[in-house]
Amino acid sequence: MAEQKSPWRFHGGLHLDHHKAESNTTPVRAIPLPPRLTLPMQQHIGQPAEPVVRVGDTVDKGQTIAHAVDYVSATIHAPTSGRVVEIAKQAVPHPSGLQDLCIVIEPDGEERWTELPEPWPDYTAIEDADLRERIRWAGIVGLGGAAFPTAVKVNTSGRRAIDTLVINAAECEPYITCDDRLMREQAPDVIDGIAILMHLVGARECLIGIEDNKPEAADALRAEIARREAREIRVVVVPSVYPSGGEKQLIKLLTGKEVPSQGIPSAIGIVCQNVATAVAVADAILRGRPLIDRVVTVTGRGVAKPGNFRVPIGTPAAFVIEQAGGYSDEIFQLILGGPMMGFSLHDDRVPVTKAGNCLLAASREEAPGIDDERPCIRCGQCVTVCPVQLLPQQLFWYAQAHDFDKVQDYHLFDCIECGCCAHVCPAHIPLVHYYRYAKTEIWAQERERYKSDLARRRHEARLARTARLEAERKARLRQKKEALEKKPAGASKDPKKAAIEAAMKRVAAKKAAQQASRENTGTETASEAKD
Amino acid sequence: MINAIITIAGMAALFGLLLGYSAIRFRVEGDPIADQVDALLPQTQCGQCSFAGCRPYAEAIAAGEAEINRCPPGGEATMIALAELLGRDPVPLEDEQAADKPKSVAYIVEDECIGCTLCIQACPVDAIMGAAKQMHTVLTDECTGCELCLPPCPVECIHMHPLEDTPQTWRWPFPRHAASGAGHG
Repeated sequence: MAEQKSPWRFHGGLHLDHHKAESNTTPVRAIPLPPRLTLPMQQHIGQPAEPVVRVGDTVDKGQTIAHAVDYVSATIHAPTSGRVVEIAKQAVPHPSGLQDLCIVIEPDGEERWTELPEPWPDYTAIEDADLRERIRWAGIVGLGGAAFPTAVKVNTSGRRAIDTLVINAAECEPYITCDDRLMREQAPDVIDGIAILMHLVGARECLIGIEDNKPEAADALRAEIARREAREIRVVVVPSVYPSGGEKQLIKLLTGKEVPSQGIPSAIGIVCQNVATAVAVADAILRGRPLIDRVVTVTGRGVAKPGNFRVPIGTPAAFVIEQAGGYSDEIFQLILGGPMMGFSLHDDRVPVTKAGNCLLAASREEAPGIDDERPCIRCGQCVTVCPVQLLPQQLFWYAQAHDFDKVQDYHLFDCIECGCCAHVCPAHIPLVHYYRYAKTEIWAQERERYKSDLARRRHEARLARTARLEAERKARLRQKKEALEKKPAGASKDPKKAAIEAAMKRVAAKKAAQQASRENTGTETASEAKD
Repeated sequence: MINAIITIAGMAALFGLLLGYSAIRFRVEGDPIADQVDALLPQTQCGQCSFAGCRPYAEAIAAGEAEINRCPPGGEATMIALAELLGRDPVPLEDEQAADKPKSVAYIVEDECIGCTLCIQACPVDAIMGAAKQMHTVLTDECTGCELCLPPCPVECIHMHPLEDTPQTWRWPFPRHAASGAGHG
């Protein structure tokens, strides 16, 4: 098959230094088990999972330890066998630095597997709903970083038919190479996963979008496709322009189609999945294995031996860094994710989660600039690089003025937070920070509104109930009163007096009868007395 | 001349009838301004405005009988939103200390609760569960933090717990250097 290049382009974007060679030359290495694994209940978009184990329980490798409670949620499994030592709030990888509910497991080193569901090598004979249920059971989420539950994304029933499956293998952010290594080393698994996903969403073709700085990975995939003669799957090389790995950007690059504002790709007949997600799907369906580890890139000049590692979910970041030879003298900042979209970790003991693709131990030069912000000079450079064709300076302007209606008029929620605008800003304005501020404020306002609507409904329901009860009470009283008034007039005489009189009469009658029987005479007197 | 007078008079009569008819036919039930005001109020139902809940206060505001600065839970943001809606001038909050209080929810110390149901009767949003001589508890998600359950409790076993931020509710802070950048045109 001839090399296929994409004829399409997206607006803006940046040419960045790749920094891939630091970590992509060595194979993915396995790491030993850490002394403790910390599994946050929220590693995904949606509702947090709910623990189904208790402190002190012994768990097996792959055992479900927390259930998905909602449709949009993800199950969590024990990455190894051991004992649950704590279910409590722990530091989690989040920009806030706040704690969240986690299950802490102390590995026993036995790696004793739980009983796994049966592998389905012939998955085409299985019902779609069962396949989706298996993916849901496996706790698979988008492994590119967004961590959206995959079982939800592949549920296309009742929506527009899907023509195309887009596999995101662009890995456009500098430094990150975990998908690159995965494709080179597990190309058959990637194609297996793609075949399952295509079957599941009913796609006719699959386009694998891969940046031109990963020729080895592209070759590995092409070789595997050629071996299987899978003509419906094509590898499309896209230029290395950041952010080509953005879902909507990649779709534009591969198909020329644009996803509507605030819409999702399925609106135009496309489903997009990350390449590592495809491998996780193959593991779940073909081997019955849940998602309990992932490949993580450890790189940057701040670490001694950069590379890629297969890390059990829940391993502390510091432990992973140790496996990469520990920090070097140049360490300045530890970033989770890439230099463009990642965030600085407050604490290196936080666990690696399903969404954690990269630990960037950045030196001072590698770390994103924190220069002093100066006033916007309206140069418009941010507009030329914005891949979503927004007006970043206007968004900034209204976010700065806390004008949250106006900022939404300028399509704040279409912003993908790629950081291109802030990267080129000559005034060093932390633009993305302003957008995140505005987004989280708007969400908070929405939550408040929801709560106040709920309170209003409950208060009104209460008022209605108290009014109803009062009306019922009054009606009852009225009824009683009416019933009393209706009784015959005789009853109005004091009942006590009447009873006494009746008793007196009875006694008198008895006396008279006794007298009459004793004397047998003076009937007249007796009858007189009776009167 | 006569024609003009007749035409104008005829039109006046016609439009008068039309207006009169639509006033009856398209009559709006309730007070739409009170509804809009009510939508802006936080629905805490706490009565700190001296009215018996948010709706009565909204009706008083709509009727021009109450100031717009009497809602401490709504704080300055609500006052400003009301000022904008009604075209009034913003006024400083009546009770600024109360407005600065962190958002809280009621919590019942269950070991101390004697099951008197007084707090259940006081709760404006039915957020307390329990029965006579049974331990009571607060439905945290429904509690508005109005504190109306505190005074009736004979054993003072209800405490207000400030709501803590979680990673799910956390908000990005306003960028640090913004102060120096703001104000420059």
